[in-house]
Amino acid sequence: MTTSLGPGSEIDGFRLGELLHTGSMAAIYRLTGPDGPLPLIMKIPRLGPAERAINVIAFEVCRMVLGALAQSPHHPTLVAFGDVETMPYLVMEYVEGTRLDDRVPHAPLPPDEVARLGSALALGLHEIHRQGALHLDLKPTNVLYRPSGEAVLIDFGLARHGHYPDLLEEEFRTPIGNWVYLAPEQIVGVRCDPRSDIFALGAILYHLATGRFPFGKPSRMAELRRRLYRDPLPPRALGAETPGWLQEIILHCLEVDARDRYASAAAVAFDLANPAQVAITERGLRDRRTGAATLFRRWLEARKFEPAPCPPVAVPTQPAPIVLVAIAPGPPDESAFAALRDAARRVTEVDHACRVACVTVVPPAAGLSGERYEETPTGRHIAQLVNLRRFARPLELPEERLTYHVLESDKPAAALIDYAKMNEVDQILLGAPRSGRPMRLLTGVAAQVVAEAQCTVSVVRPRPQQ
Amino acid sequence: MKLALFADIHSNLEAITACLAHAHVLGADRYAFLGDLVGYGADPVQVLDLIEEYATKGAVVVLGNHDAAALGREDGSLNANAQAALMWTRAQLGARQREFLRSLPLSVRDDNMLFVHASAAAPAEWIYVTGQSEAARSIEASHANYVFCGHVHEQNLYYAGADGRPVAFRPVPGTPIPTGSHRQWLAIVGSAGQPRDQDRRACYAFADLARERLTFFRVPYDHASAAQKIRSAGLPERVARRLERGS
Repeated sequence: MTTSLGPGSEIDGFRLGELLHTGSMAAIYRLTGPDGPLPLIMKIPRLGPAERAINVIAFEVCRMVLGALAQSPHHPTLVAFGDVETMPYLVMEYVEGTRLDDRVPHAPLPPDEVARLGSALALGLHEIHRQGALHLDLKPTNVLYRPSGEAVLIDFGLARHGHYPDLLEEEFRTPIGNWVYLAPEQIVGVRCDPRSDIFALGAILYHLATGRFPFGKPSRMAELRRRLYRDPLPPRALGAETPGWLQEIILHCLEVDARDRYASAAAVAFDLANPAQVAITERGLRDRRTGAATLFRRWLEARKFEPAPCPPVAVPTQPAPIVLVAIAPGPPDESAFAALRDAARRVTEVDHACRVACVTVVPPAAGLSGERYEETPTGRHIAQLVNLRRFARPLELPEERLTYHVLESDKPAAALIDYAKMNEVDQILLGAPRSGRPMRLLTGVAAQVVAEAQCTVSVVRPRPQQ
Repeated sequence: MKLALFADIHSNLEAITACLAHAHVLGADRYAFLGDLVGYGADPVQVLDLIEEYATKGAVVVLGNHDAAALGREDGSLNANAQAALMWTRAQLGARQREFLRSLPLSVRDDNMLFVHASAAAPAEWIYVTGQSEAARSIEASHANYVFCGHVHEQNLYYAGADGRPVAFRPVPGTPIPTGSHRQWLAIVGSAGQPRDQDRRACYAFADLARERLTFFRVPYDHASAAQKIRSAGLPERVARRLERGS
């Protein structure tokens, strides 16, 4: 069907231009017409007696999932599609940008580049998950970066959306997807866990940081199953200069049991964007694989591998929410602290996956000219961190659920709003402006944050003293 | 063409009226009633007259096991509440309603669609399609791309994979599902008149045939009036409570 087509052909009013890509599943053309606001491509699946059955299903799945996603910068916009029986094609936005695949030959990449690419990818992935879809075929060839730095996931042929039948379930005897990045539960046919994408993200990060695949390049089922019990060589053992925080993040993504991985891609993005805040455990420091005895036990267990139950289809809600507590700089105000702690507890006690980011905003360091240590940039930074920790200690949360951030800006409201947006914060708790008088109107920072933040904002006011 | 599909109405006038109104707003121009028009509920005559009116305008109507039992064709499988309701229903029906029920076929084929109350494999045996194997047999016997049925009260969609084994999918109400005619589908549209999945809202399905999309809906209706009428008629209390609880 695709053989007679080429540049210059016209399908349903769309004029084919340059052939951009031809693979085993589909051919992709630039479109030269009709003229519109968006540059377009057409993807035509390879169908026919000699082609694989998965091509047509991947076409249907891609159409269904892309059609279901609300517009976002993190996936190409679906513009039109042709009938699967007569002339199947998908017309999509042409994404201008760089391919992650082009960076792969340069691996190992410096940790900060891995973190930048990885955190943008994790934010894109989170957006897809937030909309109820799973990609399930995450690999460097399926990731592009727009000039703005935002990641775009492409090729949803093996994806799944919780609102639609999964056309690929129980369809194929051998696990589908790229075996290099495939999560353990996908090997046994589970296709409903967003944490499978987090595993693939971890495999990509591993590859970028070390230049090697975490589980090699399996070609047989027995080799593929090895990841059910064999942990990857820690990046530090490979001699790559992987800092502890990065190894911690990578191996946290690559846990065999999905329940031991990050609960959400937003949490991965958060850690990649805030390396200093990563609580480094044994995972981040280990420099060898597990010993023979543990390995043998895991091998025995893996023979009856039970994947974690899939989380419920979480459409408007999201797992592992992040709560930002904004703390005013300056001398601690105990009554304000107590009120904010109460508000934070009400959230953290209900949701045991939620994380608390304690944030304060101070004026830029350039304005500092003091003689005393507390008036130097470092001294002030440390004093603020001490203040944030003092606030957080009574919450009695485990270290991995707490982070501390001192932001520098002379526009505190804007800094908080930006921070919340970049880190997919779900709720902001901030203290009411200090005032002796009852206030009719919210003023200053609180008013601006309430007005402009894209998430829930709670303004917390201490109860008046009796 | 936009086809509205209703099943297991069970003499619930409030529910079927609400579903019909919902479908009308969406521009339905064809209707199918997939059996069990009566039984349990308090309005058998009004419901049958309403559906007969649609039938004269071309709607598809098939016979269900409760309808057959209302005609005196014994069905040993009905529980005590259903039996009690049927005895009462029989006494309500006039010649016109009985004549309409007698005219109903067990299944109707239209182009690539098959309409049946229970399983297309043996329509008169009232087999519950509750799993992969029953769905496979119904799909295989149908020789159609779409099997629309009821009998089981929960909404479900089975679709045949490449190896022919159907996979079940619990639809999300209000989400249109692309249902290409190159595959085979079996849709259980859900009970309009007696939902049993802890959700009181009436079930029905809506097929946009030209665009090959199927949407399952849940429609709120005046369940309190329907339950009150059941009590007033002296029908079993359990049946009235079912409408109030959706269980």
